[in-house]
Amino acid sequence: MIDRLNASLNFMQQSLNLRAERQEVLSANIANADTPGYKARDFDFRAELDRAVNQGRAEGQSGLSLSMTSSRHIPAQANGSVGGIDMMYRNPTQPSLDGNTVDMDMERVNFADNAVHYQADVQFLTSRLQGLKNAMQRES
Amino acid sequence: MSLFNVFNISGSALSAQSQRMNVTASNLANADSVAGPDGQPYRAKQLTFEMAAEPGQQIGGVRVAGISEDQSEFRRLFDPKNPAADDQGYVNMPNVDTTSEMVNMISAARSYQANVEVLNTNKSLMLKTLTLGQ
Repeated sequence: MIDRLNASLNFMQQSLNLRAERQEVLSANIANADTPGYKARDFDFRAELDRAVNQGRAEGQSGLSLSMTSSRHIPAQANGSVGGIDMMYRNPTQPSLDGNTVDMDMERVNFADNAVHYQADVQFLTSRLQGLKNAMQRES
Repeated sequence: MSLFNVFNISGSALSAQSQRMNVTASNLANADSVAGPDGQPYRAKQLTFEMAAEPGQQIGGVRVAGISEDQSEFRRLFDPKNPAADDQGYVNMPNVDTTSEMVNMISAARSYQANVEVLNTNKSLMLKTLTLGQ
């Protein structure tokens, strides 16, 4: 019973996780809009969601990874976790002289879009939980 | 990595941008400071930003890598009556480029605003997540 519940919520959970992750990436892009040489990052949400649902949780959610205090440490993850999110670089439409590829308009549009999707995910999850709750209540 | 990390990222950007604003304010305020503590005219200060990622992380906030002094030539102003004038009647004025400082200021303000917006959005998302299932 419980694993059925878990399975029915798993998709939304993975989606919410990835949305939060993407929110972080886009925030970092906006934060670094004036950093010379910074390359804007993003990931393919569809592909990552597909992978997270089919192969398990993405990196960072497993909770067991070595903390690294030096850039020469080797990242290590506990067993059971699959590789991290495949981060990609944006193709700049208007390259700037200082090597920065953050397009503020695009980043902000993506950010707003991602935020709305996150809210939608939360909303869906809430209504799913409400439905389960209703089903569990006895008829009066 | 979690949504909490976004606070660190946006926060680092806020402090970096306000530091940039600080430097710009100092440059503009001292645009006519003929003599500083060392007796030399004021030199314009420039900030450099760099990405501040934790070791092994691909994304991160931003930090100020350093403040450097603009080593370009001082502005020379012909003003023989000025007590700071040299024997040819010229006064060395600070090398502050007021126009580019104004541009810098507007850019810093806009970036600051953008990051505040990011922070607010993320805050409301987190609060929304807390009410999940209610």
